[in-house]
Amino acid sequence: MKDLDLPALVRDPNTRVIVTCGSGGVGKTTTAAAMALLGAEAGRRTVVLTIDPARRLAQSMGLTELDNTPRAVTGVGGDKLFAMMLDMKRTFDDVVLEHSTPERAEQIFANPFYQSLSSSFAGTQEYMAMEKLGQLVAANEWDLIVVDTPPSRSALDFLDAPNRLGRFLDGRMIRVITAPARAGGRTGMKVMTAGIGVFAKVFSRVLGGDLIRDLSAFVSALESMFGGFRERAQQTYELLKAPGTAFVVVAAPEPDALREASYFVERLSSEHMPLAGLILNRMHYTSVSEPFAAARAEAAADTLEAKQDPSLALTVAALRVHAEVAAAAEHDARMAKRFASAHPQVGLVSVPALTADVHDLDGLREIGQLLGGKTS
Amino acid sequence: MPSRPATLDATAELAPVISRKARLHVVTGKGGTGKTTVAAALALALAAGGKKVLLIEVEGRQAIAQLFDQPALPYEERRLATTPGGGSLWGLAIDAEQAMIEYLDMFYGLKRSARGLKKMGAVDFVTTLAPGLRDVLLTGKVKESVTRTESDGHHTYDAVVLDAPPTGRITRFLDATKEVASLTKIGPINRQSDGVIKVLHGSQTAVHLVTLLEEMPVQETIDAVGDLRANDFQVGAIVVNRVRPNYISDGMLGENNAVDPKAISAGLRRANLPAALAPALAAEMTEYANRLELQAENAARLDAVDIPRITLPDLNPPVELGELNELAACFFVQDAE
Repeated sequence: MKDLDLPALVRDPNTRVIVTCGSGGVGKTTTAAAMALLGAEAGRRTVVLTIDPARRLAQSMGLTELDNTPRAVTGVGGDKLFAMMLDMKRTFDDVVLEHSTPERAEQIFANPFYQSLSSSFAGTQEYMAMEKLGQLVAANEWDLIVVDTPPSRSALDFLDAPNRLGRFLDGRMIRVITAPARAGGRTGMKVMTAGIGVFAKVFSRVLGGDLIRDLSAFVSALESMFGGFRERAQQTYELLKAPGTAFVVVAAPEPDALREASYFVERLSSEHMPLAGLILNRMHYTSVSEPFAAARAEAAADTLEAKQDPSLALTVAALRVHAEVAAAAEHDARMAKRFASAHPQVGLVSVPALTADVHDLDGLREIGQLLGGKTS
Repeated sequence: MPSRPATLDATAELAPVISRKARLHVVTGKGGTGKTTVAAALALALAAGGKKVLLIEVEGRQAIAQLFDQPALPYEERRLATTPGGGSLWGLAIDAEQAMIEYLDMFYGLKRSARGLKKMGAVDFVTTLAPGLRDVLLTGKVKESVTRTESDGHHTYDAVVLDAPPTGRITRFLDATKEVASLTKIGPINRQSDGVIKVLHGSQTAVHLVTLLEEMPVQETIDAVGDLRANDFQVGAIVVNRVRPNYISDGMLGENNAVDPKAISAGLRRANLPAALAPALAAEMTEYANRLELQAENAARLDAVDIPRITLPDLNPPVELGELNELAACFFVQDAE
């Protein structure tokens, strides 16, 4: 197995952006925070952008609300670590404000379709995370930016979302919807081909006229920004490919999480995105150093239990516990090995399952140590 | 020692919290808690005793096919397994795109224009971008499966189990129709939404939450229960997945859960094992005991919500078919030891 040297990656002055990705429930956000702390404590001015962190993890970094502003994390020497939580709606509002007149912006904000879009549109979170990343990079005041990605259904959504949103806002579809509003009923029908006519009819039949009207007004108001949206989506995509960016895939030793990780590794490589490696969280280990397989421990426990001697109860329990722990360790090692042999070029670091969740900076530091491969 | 679960036989009785009155069982949980596996086990349990049950997935992961070791499911109900007493379990992977075409066909006879719509990016728009429309289509199809009847007037399925989106999204997912209906005010979606809302909020639907006995999943579960209840959904059971068995009894542990290696080594010799293993085994036992304590603390936190629990053992994934039956049996009334 090829090793992933995370401390070296985080300290390398050429590493400017680290993006963590992976399926939900694998400890992605915690890992991102721990990597940022490693960078900060190596003397680099670091910011970590988190998305919807668990309450106590946020508290451990002193974050109390979504506010889009990097806050210095107290307890880290020399004000080196900053953390922020993404406020999706506010980021969207800012983009609108920046690209339109105040009156027009007011109009957009008041539109019910915008309210729905800015808070629940599939892909908005991904797009806004990338938007914020672009801003942080442009500000040029950070040595290292660590970005956590949204807990998407599939980790791949995150790569596609900016493009999809750009495509949509720029596409034929939107022209169809806005056709009546743009033409003001004068030349509207002329520009519509037969296909578009059918489509518009279907749409208003299925969705109802009100929705089409709101959508149409909304999209017309946004129209001045289309070019901007597309350009930004493209810029973000380029940024992700630029030298200085590193992707870190996070997974747990379970088939679903590793399947997602595999897709991601393949996708990143086909898009020529720089993959640093895989962090395998939640690994189980046995503290018995000599080989003592789960099956053998189980058999020994059965033998002793059959003797029906109460003085042996403790040994039986110890063997049963070992069988349980060793089976988990054997399983996890098998999973890791299978991934490594399928992706021999991908560096890998294993992080043991923690007994408790992280509540404070010391907890994050401990994970930082483990990320360095310092397992017991 | 945990009591042995009942076996999956035709006469076993479902735990009271899994009500036969519920015809739609929605299974949700935080990512990584094993909700797909739990949904499949519940579906098997419901199918025992001669029932016909449909298991639905909506996230495009083809997780059901993988679990039942079958090729990817098409947009079509396929038989996954037969169960004791002549029951059967069917699977369906709902695809938003197909659901939309079916929907247009059903209500407007517009199957032919579907191809044109696809070319224009309309399908992309509806299924991936439009707020909630995707979820409207998915829940619409779920409702259709629940209410479908045969020519004899009986429901096609005795029960439907939905492997639903994760807890963070569940309320919004289930109420997507309501949200979009409020945007449209009039029109067909608005009209159709009434039926969907009635099924999902009615007594024939129960939402079950899968959790692990870990801090974050427990917190999400508690939050989701509050959210679901505030939005008038009926919460069924909390399914506690991957519970570690307790092999340790009172008196085996000292202060701070310390274990005396010497007390282990005598037994090791009698099993012809090297006594040198004892210190490591003792350390392992202490750590295990610590984890069990944490597990118990998290279980106690679940007491904050007054909801019956079903407990499933810890199996290392991938869960095999045989193990799935073992999990299914956990949904039955357990034999006392």
